[in-house]
Amino acid sequence: MRIALFSTCIVDGMYPRTARATVEILERLGHEVVYPPGQTCCSQMHVNSGYFDDAYPVVKNHVESFSDWDWDVAVAPSGSCVASLRHQQAMIARRAGDEALAIKAEQIAARTFELSNLLIDILGITDAAAQLGSYFPEHVTYHSSCHGMRMLGLGTRQQDLLKTVEGLKYTELEGLDQCCGFGGTFSFKNSDVSGAMVNDKADAVEATGASVCSGGDCSCLMNIGGALSRRDSEVQTIHFAEILASTKENPLVITGPVQLAN
Amino acid sequence: MSDAKSVILGRIRSALSDGFTAPEPVRNYRRVSQISQEDTIEMLIDRLIDYKANVFQATEDTLASVIAERLGEKSTYVIPVGLKDSWLPADTADRKRVVDSGSTLKEHALSHRELDEVDAVVTSSTVSCAETGTIFLNSNPDEGRRAISLVPDHHICVVSRDSVVELVPEAIERITYERPVTMISGPSATSDIELIRVEGVHGPRTLDVIILN
Amino acid sequence: MTSIQLGMPKVVSYGEGNIFEEIPFPKYAKEELKNEQLRNNLRFVTHAIRGKRSKVTAELPDWQELRTTGEQTKNYVLAHLPELLEEFERNFTARGGHVHWARDAHEANQIALDLIRAEGVDEIIKIKSMATAETGLNEFLEENGINAIETDLAEEIVQLGEDRPSHILVPAIHRNRREIRDIFVKKIEGINPDISDEPAELAEASRNRLREKFLSTKVAVSGVNFGIAETGTMTIVESEGNGRMCLTLPDTLISFMGIEKLLPTFQDYETFLQLLPRSSTGERMNPYTSMWTGVTPGDGPQNLHVILIDNGRTAVLADELGRQALRCIRCSACMNVCPVYERAGGHAYGSTYPGPIGAILSPQLSGIEAAHNNSLPYASSLCGACYEVCPVKINFPEVLVHLRSKDVDSKKAVGEFAGNKKAAPTQMDAMMYGAKKLFSSGKMMSLAEKGLPMSRLITGKKHKISKLPGIVSGWTDYRDIPEPPKESFRNWWKKEKAGAPARDTAARVDIDALIAANKGKLEELHANAAKAQGEESLTAANDAKVAKLAAEAKTASTKENA
Repeated sequence: MRIALFSTCIVDGMYPRTARATVEILERLGHEVVYPPGQTCCSQMHVNSGYFDDAYPVVKNHVESFSDWDWDVAVAPSGSCVASLRHQQAMIARRAGDEALAIKAEQIAARTFELSNLLIDILGITDAAAQLGSYFPEHVTYHSSCHGMRMLGLGTRQQDLLKTVEGLKYTELEGLDQCCGFGGTFSFKNSDVSGAMVNDKADAVEATGASVCSGGDCSCLMNIGGALSRRDSEVQTIHFAEILASTKENPLVITGPVQLAN
Repeated sequence: MSDAKSVILGRIRSALSDGFTAPEPVRNYRRVSQISQEDTIEMLIDRLIDYKANVFQATEDTLASVIAERLGEKSTYVIPVGLKDSWLPADTADRKRVVDSGSTLKEHALSHRELDEVDAVVTSSTVSCAETGTIFLNSNPDEGRRAISLVPDHHICVVSRDSVVELVPEAIERITYERPVTMISGPSATSDIELIRVEGVHGPRTLDVIILN
Repeated sequence: MTSIQLGMPKVVSYGEGNIFEEIPFPKYAKEELKNEQLRNNLRFVTHAIRGKRSKVTAELPDWQELRTTGEQTKNYVLAHLPELLEEFERNFTARGGHVHWARDAHEANQIALDLIRAEGVDEIIKIKSMATAETGLNEFLEENGINAIETDLAEEIVQLGEDRPSHILVPAIHRNRREIRDIFVKKIEGINPDISDEPAELAEASRNRLREKFLSTKVAVSGVNFGIAETGTMTIVESEGNGRMCLTLPDTLISFMGIEKLLPTFQDYETFLQLLPRSSTGERMNPYTSMWTGVTPGDGPQNLHVILIDNGRTAVLADELGRQALRCIRCSACMNVCPVYERAGGHAYGSTYPGPIGAILSPQLSGIEAAHNNSLPYASSLCGACYEVCPVKINFPEVLVHLRSKDVDSKKAVGEFAGNKKAAPTQMDAMMYGAKKLFSSGKMMSLAEKGLPMSRLITGKKHKISKLPGIVSGWTDYRDIPEPPKESFRNWWKKEKAGAPARDTAARVDIDALIAANKGKLEELHANAAKAQGEESLTAANDAKVAKLAAEAKTASTKENA
């Protein structure tokens, strides 16, 4: 199958290792991964901040980039960005009076899936150790990001994949379904409430005794990880794709209190 | 037509001028019970107890004695004019019934203060919903007007077995809007202080439900 | 929702009264966050009600169907509002009631004052009511020499404490028992000065204080939970019995009712009688529900009035997307699950309406430009927990984002705000403009990302950024930013992989067929996951979870929420 990767702006710029892990997993399963080069961002930051007019060219860019090449299915290592494609892009196009773009946006969104959704519901993965060779002998907890959970209905997909990684010990996070307080520009427009939320989340993470807090959205992980880093916690935040990509032959190594990118 | 009325209706019509339409609602929830009468009664009892009502069972023959026991030896209690006499224990020197006429427009309607001085009230009921543990009074002659089941501190309510249904829609079907409706689910309660449930604030602090078989 | 663009802006009239945020939300919230006790109370209460709600809604197998009917019924009401209001008026009047119409809060208060004066009394009793809180009735009556006594225990605590409610359902949750005891001892005449702070004793004190008032007061004022157009019936749900007292014992009853509070038919109540208590207090049913259809001779108040209030509701109705806020039945489920409300508390929202519903209702009732109401739509991380629990499926995130765009448009004086005075550009505007330029082209992104190694210079020895300037400084007040990577994914890919051979669309794999073929995989994975972690997999709880997952699997593949 030809799978188009939508890296999302934050993964592209800040967490390239998550995108590389995504590619690694899909290629391991024998699929062809392509990367439409014109892509940038889903437009969510603009939409959620109320800048609908500014969001329009961003939506247009996404739709055009993913229309250039032919592919079977697109994937993003983010529930939030996929939810934005499905619930916001067409609205922005319609508001700008561009019905043709809205229809195209809907078609692309319908064929774009969050990574765990793709792995389980389309590629039929039921055991990460057996089918992906995933190996990660660490104590892991997991934060369920809101948009994947509520707007895409991902349920327990991501944590179930993690639980089947060889060597991984899983401890459920208290308040698993509670927002981490990121919320895009909310994190600095309402920084004090957001700070209180992420501190509660960091408390819950530390209380599990895990060495890693995983999740499916790098934005939330950057938020939680940033708060953990501020309190000099040893706990790392790592996207679940990187844990799935980790094998005995090529293990993911935790590199100290602050995970060095690349 | 008052001026404010025409202005408001005009504003509404203007607000809806974008052609907003909405179809009649569809009801895909449960409207007819699938469980037995036995299970329905059991469910009602379970939920009444859960909300701190006292539940008793009686037959036509034992009802009067159960009510007598609940009233205690010394009690002045009010009954609605239509309540069956055979349900009640005989008056004694210390236990007396007072009959309310059912309307303040008629003679022998108790005043608020008189109601405040009686110890209890005994009424029948129209229908009960097991799923929510709710008893419906619909101002029938054996239920009386609203004040009599409100002001006294102790309400003894008779629920006949065949009046119990499982679901809310089934209960709503059995009442009429033509007379006032009071739905009762347990005794009066508040959770306003630190969310701690306290049974009994302004309504009757004791609710005794007698299931009549 | 279908819409027809008429090309003509609608003329709307906004409301007044207690619907304004006078201090910007972030500033207010910052102060409230410092109050440890408030935070503890809020946390305890919201989590407790959350748990109860979750339990009693899970008990009903048809909860989602009830929500759907609830949503549809309220939409039907909004679309047919003129006819239904007139039908309600006709039926209520036919049974001896009097209907009054009020364009705004002041008019509603004035009508009530005139009616109270006509009865020649200077004291009334009240049932907790959002509508009268919104219009500021108590303050208005006080200015005019009428004493309004709140009879709901929480409202009584708030009133005696000269305080403001902080929650729709439990208005005094910001107070603990010790404080309540102190307020009672100070304010209730003849109270035992040695009363303890046990809730049961405090409730008893309230009973004793109010009993005489109930027995003797001639006029009561209430809100209304629902008015039924088909029959002219009104209904109030409550717990303590103070509602029944006010609705039964006085001679005169004046009810405040927002124009959106209707249900079309008597049968419709069967839906809402299930949705409201479970969503609100997390009970299967509230202790008492009263229904009355006009005047019943010889039973209850013989002089009945209802005041139908607009106060900005028609402005909300005029907004095609925002009008769904008028479906609200004031259950408070949204605030109980809201992580922002849980930390900031109800007062931070300024208006009578706190939490997510306040964040979407207040700015619409008042207009986005009024006071600091434009700060309210930003008081959300858009986590969507409110949408998930709403019994009438108000899509809060969608409306919040819509209102944010209205705020941006109003400041830029574009769209419906064209012709307004343009606000000076902000840092936020500049940031969004820059991001737009960057995100409109992959080439631009690639170029910009070449600067990533440079940005590593500012991260220093600790490999993290701990202080940022300007509007984003709020981020680094609470968290670090990790060191950026040496190379973006895009630029790595360009070097290592790049390109894709051209391919015919006909070669596409049928994704829907694959999804259908993999239907049971999630359950299989879930069982494997439980096994791998040594969790119990054969318990009934797990079976239920698997069934729920199957339902969610369906949701995920059809990609629709709620």
